[in-house]
Formats: sequence, structure tokens, C-alpha cells
Amino acid sequence: MHKIWANYRYLILRRVTQIGILFLYFSANAWGWTILQGNLSSSLLFGMIPMSDPYATLQMLAAGATIAVDLLIGVFMVTFFYMLIGGRSFCSWVCPINMVTDTANFIRRKLEFNRLQGVKFPISRNTRYWILALSLVVSAFMGVAAFELVSPISMIHRGIVFGMGFGWSVVVIIFLFDLFVLKDGWCGHVCPLGGFYSLIGRFSLIRVLHNEENCTLCMKCKIVCPEHQVLHMIGKESLSVTSGECTNCARCIEVCDDDALEFSIRKMAENNK
Amino acid sequence: MSKGKKEPVSDRRKFIFNMARGVGVATLGGFIWSAYIDEAKASQLLLRPPGALKEEDFLKTCIKCGLCVEACPFDTLLLAKPGDHKPLGMPYFTPREVPCHMCPDIPCVPVCPSGALDIQSVMTDDKLDINISEMGLAVIDKDSCIAFWGIQCDACYRACPLLGKAITIEYDKNERTGKHAYMKPIVHSDPCTGCGMCEHACVTQKAAIQIFPREVAMGKAGDYYIKGWDKNDDKRVKNAKAIKTRTDISKKSAIDSLNDSGDLY
Repeated sequence: MHKIWANYRYLILRRVTQIGILFLYFSANAWGWTILQGNLSSSLLFGMIPMSDPYATLQMLAAGATIAVDLLIGVFMVTFFYMLIGGRSFCSWVCPINMVTDTANFIRRKLEFNRLQGVKFPISRNTRYWILALSLVVSAFMGVAAFELVSPISMIHRGIVFGMGFGWSVVVIIFLFDLFVLKDGWCGHVCPLGGFYSLIGRFSLIRVLHNEENCTLCMKCKIVCPEHQVLHMIGKESLSVTSGECTNCARCIEVCDDDALEFSIRKMAENNK
Repeated sequence: MSKGKKEPVSDRRKFIFNMARGVGVATLGGFIWSAYIDEAKASQLLLRPPGALKEEDFLKTCIKCGLCVEACPFDTLLLAKPGDHKPLGMPYFTPREVPCHMCPDIPCVPVCPSGALDIQSVMTDDKLDINISEMGLAVIDKDSCIAFWGIQCDACYRACPLLGKAITIEYDKNERTGKHAYMKPIVHSDPCTGCGMCEHACVTQKAAIQIFPREVAMGKAGDYYIKGWDKNDDKRVKNAKAIKTRTDISKKSAIDSLNDSGDLY
């Protein structure tokens, strides 16, 4: 029991926050609770604190919308939190799609798909930044927030609160894509919201810190990491993970049996490397 | 001998190729994406909540949070789901199922964080006033309305929250029987808010009175016609400018054109 907690404590906490947030949104619509109303696009905490999706708002701005003050306050709340504290933690602690892609990745690992698959799907991890830029261009030309009309993320969190419709199909699409086409396909290559939070969160304070002296080079951390390129220092140098693409999911911390990884406050001096 | 031997590809060429490929694929994706969005937002006869901006601006401004839907006490408002064939995640209502009950405190509007539901548009003298909202306009198909057949009904007239203003009853003689009256409902576009209580109440199998977005349902007389007997209507065309057209016929003067058009044959 103690071992399960040691090896899965952050995973359990992440599932609790992910499902808890969706549950609070659901209860606001179903039973009128006022703890957390709305959905991940824009919401109201305790009936007074606004929180809004900064990426959606950026698209609206590109589309030519007038941005209301309430929305701006909500955007600043969210942006400052991820920019100063959380980094890209939205992706692993809040986003419901994370549960879908983690499941696909889990099955891949268990069935050793990565060894079976010969040809790698030719797509770069930088594709998300292209899609991010493209979404703003398309928004500007079409006069509507472009990614928000196709976003599987919003289809899911909106669907759980307000009714799913055919929204389940996008879950299946992403699951199958990540399972059979490309490892970490959606979250690690395609999703522009992840790209957006990677850019915003690159200077945040909470960082995974690698202690090279404890490392036994077992590489378990790199196997579970959905953005394994951010762990380039493993076994080489004692450094903070400074890439914005790290989602602070902490899987690397809990699979490490040698205390070589932990959460820490960013060490400013090391950034100069 | 040098036939099979090629120079190694330079980094510069690789860089240029990669950039060109990125831009090319982005253009390809951009057009497909735009085509989809053009279809997805090309709608339709959607009824929006009270205070909604013009449809074009509403599509830009709504952040799809659903707070208006949660605030609606009658479950009138719904968020468009995948498969509804409506712009995704935005609020709408279907009056035949659940009409807008026109709450005096309009709970759906003040909660809107993005201003897609504009509170100023439902306020008179700094007070919320649902009666000035413009969600749509009721349109009667008189051929399927049983009141126009001569059967007494007035269900829509009774259901109207602006009783006697948005729908009035016009009396007419029923020549067929010679002794009965027609009691025909007439919709007046200015007071009608498009709440849909009439469509909900309509007794025919498919409602003979239906709500459409105002821009769809309403005509426009334009600047050429004014009600000369109405001083207010006169003001409407105060700033209208005459457009002078000159064709071969009216080159000199429009009035003379008929007299000296001999050369036209």
C-alpha cells in the first residue's frame, strides 16, 4: 500500500483534480452548486472569481472581437498562475484529454507497441506551434475563434457539463491516434493549447529538479515522460527541467526509485547555462 | 564517373526546404480548416439568448462557457453539441420545445463574461428590461393557422407575455357562414421580442406561428418610401442622399428622355 502511494501519489492527485474539476462544473449545471461554474473556456470560482482561457481569448482577439473587462480579468488570473507558478500544469492536472492520452500511452507501454512499430509517423513536436500560429491566422480570416470550433478539449469538458452529442467520437479519434499512429501524438505534437501553455509556462517557478548524483541511469523517467526531450539532462547534470514543454505531471518523480528527481522552485542560477 | 556522385545537401538548402515545407503544409491545413469553419458557422435559423450581439459579432465574441445556460431557470437555453449542426458550444433555444419565459431579472445576461450577451441592449433607464430584447420575430403562416380558417383559437394571443401589444386580434367578417367572425392574430414586429411563447402554445401539429431571427424575418422599406403622414418616419430619411443615375436615355434630363429618344431606334 505504501509502495502504491509512493509510486502513484502524483498520478492519483492529478486524477483527483481532473475529475474533481469536471465534477464541480457538472454539479453547477445539474444541482446549482456555485463552487465552480461554467467550463474550462471560462468559469466563475465561488461565484465571484473569473477564470478564462487565455488561448481562446487570443483567438477571439484575432477574430476581431471586443474583449470585455470580465474576460480580461479572468484571462489575467489564469495566465499569471501558469506563467508564474504552474508552468504547463494545465495539461496534466486539469485537461480531461490527458486521461485519454495517458491511457493510450499506458497500453502502448504494456503491449510494447514502441518496439513493434517500424516506421515513425513523420511529424515534429514543433507542429503544435505551427498549428497555434495557424489558428490565429484562420481566426482572423474567418472572424471566429478557429480552434474553439474544432477543439476536442472543449468538446469533452463542455460535453460532460452540457451534453456530449457526438463528442465521444473525438475521444475515440484521439485515443486511436495516440495508440496506433503516434506515441504522445495529440498532447505532444498536435495540440495548440499545449503549445500555448508551453510558451506561457516556460518561466514558471515550479520545476522538476534532477539530482545527478543519485541517478542510476535506469531511464524509467524517460520511458514514462510524455515529453521525454525535456529530460535531456538525466544522468548528465544536476539541472532543473527548464523547458516549457514539461507538463509538471511528476510521473518521472514517482517512478524514480533513487530520489534523483523532485519538485523544486526553479534555481535561477542554473538558467544561465 | 561523376554521374552517381552527388554533393551533400547543404544546411542552407535543408533549412529553406524545411521552411517551405512548413509554410506549404500550413497553407494546406489552413485552407482545409477554413473550409470546415466556413461550413460550421454558416447557419441557419438560430435563436440566441436575450441581449445577444448581431450573429456575426456573437460568433466572434462568445467564449462558449455556458454560464448563461446554467443561469437559465427554465432550461430554455442549450449549448450546441457536436451533431446538432449548429456552431459548436454556443447557446441557442428552440421555442417549440422550451420558449424564453422572459424573466424580469434576465439571469442569463449579466453572467456573460465576454459581452456576447450585451447587458446594455436589455436596459432602459439603468434598469433591466426584458421587453426590449430582440431574440427573434414571430411569423404567422396564415394558411395553416386555424384562426384564419374561422375557427376560434387565440392560443398565441393569450400566451404572449406582451398581451395585446406584440400580437393583436383583428376582427373580420366570415363571408362563408355569413354570421361568424374571423379573429385573426397579427404580429407587430416592434414590440415582439421573439420569446416564442406563442410558438410553444400554438395548437396546430406543426406551429403555424414560428420564431425566426429578426434579420431573416424582417423586410426593409429602404429610403425610397416614407410615411409622409408620420413625422418620425420623415426623420428616418433626413440624411439620405439622392443617387443620380445617368444612362444614355437620361443624359440631359430624366424628364426629357422620352421626348428626344428618337435616335434609340
